[in-house]
Amino acid sequence: MSRTIDAVVSPTQTNTIPADISGQMLDLDEDDDLEVFSKDLTLADGNMFNASMPTSPGSMVNQCKFEEDEESDSKDIFITVDNPESHVTAIETFITYRVLTKTTRSEFDNSEYEVRRRYQDFLWLKGKLEDAHSTLIVHPLPEKFVVKGMVERFNGDFIETRRKALHKFLNRVADHPILSCSEDFKVFLSAQAWELTTYKKQGPGFLSRMGETVRAVANSVRGVKNRPEEFTAIQEYVEDFSNKIGSLDKVTQRIVKEQKEYLEELKEYGPTYTLWSGSEEELAEQLKGVAGCIERCCKETEEQVGHLSDTLVPVLHEYVLCAETLKAVLRRRDNIQAEFEAKNEALATKKVDRDAESSDLGFVWGSLLGKNPEEARHQRQERLDGEIEELKEEIDKLEDRVEWANNALKGDWGRWQRSMRGDLKSAFLSTAEKNVDYYEKVRYKIL
Amino acid sequence: MMADSGPKEVAVIGNTELTSAELDNNIINTMVEIEKGTSLLRKMEISVAEAEKRTGKNTVNMQEIYTVYLIETRPVDALTEGITPDSLWRRYSEFELLRNYLLVTYPFVVVAPLPEKRAEIVWHKLSADNMDPDFVERRRVGLENFLHRVASHPVLCNDNIFYIFLTEDKDWKEMVYETGFQAKADSRLKAVNAAFRVKNPDGRFTELKHYSDELQTVLSQLLRVRARVADRLYGVYKVHGNYGRVFSEWSAIEKEMGDGLQSAGHHMDAYAASVDDILEEEEHYADQLKEYLFYTDALRAVCRKHELTQFELEMVALDLACKKQQKEELVTGTVRTFSLKGMTSKLFGQETAEQREAKLQVLEQQLKEGEEAVKEKNTETDEFVKTAWVDIERFKDQKDRDLKEALISYAVMQISMCKKGIQVWTNAKECFNKM
Repeated sequence: MSRTIDAVVSPTQTNTIPADISGQMLDLDEDDDLEVFSKDLTLADGNMFNASMPTSPGSMVNQCKFEEDEESDSKDIFITVDNPESHVTAIETFITYRVLTKTTRSEFDNSEYEVRRRYQDFLWLKGKLEDAHSTLIVHPLPEKFVVKGMVERFNGDFIETRRKALHKFLNRVADHPILSCSEDFKVFLSAQAWELTTYKKQGPGFLSRMGETVRAVANSVRGVKNRPEEFTAIQEYVEDFSNKIGSLDKVTQRIVKEQKEYLEELKEYGPTYTLWSGSEEELAEQLKGVAGCIERCCKETEEQVGHLSDTLVPVLHEYVLCAETLKAVLRRRDNIQAEFEAKNEALATKKVDRDAESSDLGFVWGSLLGKNPEEARHQRQERLDGEIEELKEEIDKLEDRVEWANNALKGDWGRWQRSMRGDLKSAFLSTAEKNVDYYEKVRYKIL
Repeated sequence: MMADSGPKEVAVIGNTELTSAELDNNIINTMVEIEKGTSLLRKMEISVAEAEKRTGKNTVNMQEIYTVYLIETRPVDALTEGITPDSLWRRYSEFELLRNYLLVTYPFVVVAPLPEKRAEIVWHKLSADNMDPDFVERRRVGLENFLHRVASHPVLCNDNIFYIFLTEDKDWKEMVYETGFQAKADSRLKAVNAAFRVKNPDGRFTELKHYSDELQTVLSQLLRVRARVADRLYGVYKVHGNYGRVFSEWSAIEKEMGDGLQSAGHHMDAYAASVDDILEEEEHYADQLKEYLFYTDALRAVCRKHELTQFELEMVALDLACKKQQKEELVTGTVRTFSLKGMTSKLFGQETAEQREAKLQVLEQQLKEGEEAVKEKNTETDEFVKTAWVDIERFKDQKDRDLKEALISYAVMQISMCKKGIQVWTNAKECFNKM
């Protein structure tokens, strides 16, 4: 990548967008070596809403009272994910996390549950929720594994990042008015390991799910004809948002990388002053002072980088995943509508058929077989009528489905936007605060 | 960097009988005389005002482009404030010539270094191109600094060639060559040879040589690492500029968050842009360090000269001792050491008394000359050590003062950088709050 000096932007230009900086400065698409989960994430205290680590949901009660007021008034379920442990069996090694639930909801038999779950179980839950509510927006799970870059699955930082994301996932589900009432969710939180396994085995079999998939593919190929304007608008927004958040994710990771390289050089810089002070008399103390300062700067920089990695990077990454979820949700909604439209078309065709003047092959056959033309026509009309009735019923159902899907999405969309704003705002805010803090500390140290 | 205190009053001495008070006065007067001579800078404003490109034919008759610098001088006087200064143009090679002349003519002085001929140890942003305007500008400042250093040096400022360099346009080069300084220059080979074979150099000079080597190593390293740190810092700041761009684009698709994002984006742009000024200022600090890096060469030159004079003294003394021994052998007739003389006398018989007498006479003459030579060399060496050490002390004080100041101003720069950072991020924070 090239860095040239002509990318300087005058701060007095308030309205021009410096469109050329990225092209010259930084070719984001070429950064193939960006690791999604950096190995050097330090274990700083998380600043994310919901992400602090109390040892039990009980202490979370107190915490929630100070946080966002929107949902905490009526919050009646508290979930924590912590305590990762590794399990070794003959076939595989995997990590389980402890899921602790404290609730006053009536549908739960107890008020407290403690279970252990592995990543696969979370995947299962997400799948079930999406199946049952295909046009609701379910918060994303952390990715299965990182494709780019070699990351060991059992690396401590990776596990910690994943734990935080799983924690957030469950809490988002719990906050969702519809999703949190899901039976699957309840089972996930409360069942013992073997109970869960049995429960998982129930439900639609393989073949019926294949059928679903085939239909979905067919529908998506067919495409939707009359998408309501608002959903088109949402789709456009999601496209743009996805781009922007993806860029922000890359930019932030790039900043982390640059900061780390800066830190490396800084670590060499300080000791050189110390070395120099060894040859001097009058200047020795001052030089040592400078060396000490630089060292303290190093510490502050390290902290700042850690904070960035812990706070901003995961949130941005989450929303990259969210954008993908949104795209999927919109697609599913489209598919539902496509199916509905297809059936409508089929109905129209059948109606045309029924009302058509008879002179079709069946009639000819019928006459060949010695059937009464009148009777044949009547039979055919009856058959078509029957089919039409069936279709109408199906269509009614589909119409309901479409309607419901649309409403669900619309409702959820608003929620999601608010969440997104809240999350990103707080992440950036916290980053800015941290930066201010960093400069203050460094300044103080120099003085 | 400024030199000594101002001139004091000159008292008139009437009678020849001096009381102790008047003796003191005399001393003060002498000091005044010295001080008045010490600083040319007191009397003259010197500046390297501009730089220009010229084309011309060089020694092999090829076209070349070079830069010339305008030297302006003006007497320091309240009455001449408004008068246009005298000026002439000089190119870098002439400065080099001047410096070489000073080095040879005043070998006991730690002569200030010139700025870099070519840009080395630069960090990424600055090009290594000699024609680059930033480089030319920094060289201009460096040349001015050089002239100030020489003009405020108690010995160098009185040099005529230097004065003419500043004031006479024509024929200066010829004048310099006419001084024959090039003949006086010690060959490098001689110096290296002396460095190896000298037996009793003054310990202080040996120490000084070590110090200058250490200083050179550490300053080179420091400058290199600083350049790398600057490079990285540049990267960090500039990547934030991308935030500016993306925030702007993103704000276009958001409703509630739009304004907050847009303004935050502007602050990110400002942040990214601020690094240019920051690093420009740091270059000044780097230049100050560089000057002292180059000073180490001058220090070593003085040490080498000492080694050379000391070596020459030792050689002359050795020669004298040799001759003394020869005389003794001749007088006593004993041949203590193996010599061709001894061999031939054994082979061809002893020489006659007359021959011996003649030889003795020659030797006596040589001995006398030898003793004179030793005395001379001794004086020379002592003189050199004395004057050199005075200048070295002066240099040490100057160095401590200058570098202390440089470090302080570097710290101030860092603090200012932090203040800017605080401001930008506080503003950004407010914008994020509005999201």
